Amino acid sequence: MDKRQKILILDDDADWLTLCRELLSDLPSAPEILTANNAKRALALIETEPVRLLICDLKMPRIDGLQMLAIVRRRFPELRTVVLSGLEDEEYRSRSYALGVDLFWLKTEMQRNSKLFSECLESLLGRQSEPGFRGIQSKSLMDIIQMECLSRSSTVLRITRGPLIAKLWIQDGELIDAEAEGARGEAAFQRIVAWKSGTFENLPAEPDRERTIQKPVNALLLESAQSLDEATNPVEPDSIESASHRKHIRRLSQLTREGADYVLAVPPAGQGEPESIGTQSVDAIARWTRRAEEIARRLGERLGAGPLSYVAGQDLEHQVLVISHGDKSFLVGWPAEASGNLPEKSRKLVASWDS
Amino acid sequence: MGFLKNIFSLFRRRADVQQLPTGTVTVDRHGHIVTSTVSSAYPNSLLQTIGRDVLELFREARGAEMPLAEVSLHFGSLRITARELRGGAIIFLFPQTALLPTPTIPRL
Repeated sequence: MDKRQKILILDDDADWLTLCRELLSDLPSAPEILTANNAKRALALIETEPVRLLICDLKMPRIDGLQMLAIVRRRFPELRTVVLSGLEDEEYRSRSYALGVDLFWLKTEMQRNSKLFSECLESLLGRQSEPGFRGIQSKSLMDIIQMECLSRSSTVLRITRGPLIAKLWIQDGELIDAEAEGARGEAAFQRIVAWKSGTFENLPAEPDRERTIQKPVNALLLESAQSLDEATNPVEPDSIESASHRKHIRRLSQLTREGADYVLAVPPAGQGEPESIGTQSVDAIARWTRRAEEIARRLGERLGAGPLSYVAGQDLEHQVLVISHGDKSFLVGWPAEASGNLPEKSRKLVASWDS
Repeated sequence: MGFLKNIFSLFRRRADVQQLPTGTVTVDRHGHIVTSTVSSAYPNSLLQTIGRDVLELFREARGAEMPLAEVSLHFGSLRITARELRGGAIIFLFPQTALLPTPTIPRL
């Protein structure tokens, strides 16, 4: 099994992605380098691949780097993040750090001092990846709370998980109050203990804090453990919506891995709507796909040229291939500069479409 | 005897084997052949069919806001590559054989 760490580079500049890929492939730990040219694709990759480190540009169309970092912090708090930007503005640096990025580098600095940059990345990759809280790695929050209560201490635990901040008030070994995500008391406590990673710090005790939690901490921890267990082993089957979302994410991830721009699946006329990923103008292109295949088949029969393998086309921005698979026709769009065996790569994408 | 000759002549008729076209054809925007290096033994009507179909592919692509500069049809034994030429097209016809490598055209 491949145990290499995975680094995902997100930048809308294709040349820069190539440069970074070459540079990072030479890191001593030989990480696997994934690339994405927009935030949507990057998120799809993070959802499907165990990405350890995200290197993100700031200035990008649609979802910019800061928005992307905010999403990542909320949804993947354990992911290490590095901003690599061309924007030499102190405000961006401070906003990035406020979003919890691990490193902020300017692209010019990175090119000038690539060795130091590589060392920093190695250091980030080398840090422990097990879930836990920084300061006491491999310990869950439940363990930390139990330790505080058993030692009969009085303290305020301030817990940070990305942009989320929570507080637990412990007085003489008893949990008296909790506050998180706008909730207070037991409800807040349940939310906090569901966090699998983050950072915590001990603040001075606040003995005058109003008591909202009456249950013993062990009872609360037991209830939390039960609800966490139910959450990880849901009884209800997945909804159709989430299955469809997962399918979409898997397709997008596959598309990004292969380096294609879009795929359009066109069923025979009158047998359903075309499905697409990576393109908006579906109907017109679907019509052309059907028509292209029809014309090509008719011409092939007339000339006695054998079975149709595929139709390829090229415009200024894309290379497109029309391939049939099952009863559907597929149009796969590749960047104009894409090279390699595109028919083979397209067939691979098409074969995985409904799997 | 004459009757038998007529009968047997029916069976002796050779299968209608059509050679695949090889060469280059240019067609104008109406699908008329302007120049051709394809053997004159190859039916002109089939060349015109190729020209018309290729122009239709370009035209429909433009209609789908995907203005193709080149289109290529890959069959088991023939490859047809066409480049758009001011509404017309230059069409390259390459029969595919197992022994000969597929010729390549420089990228646009």
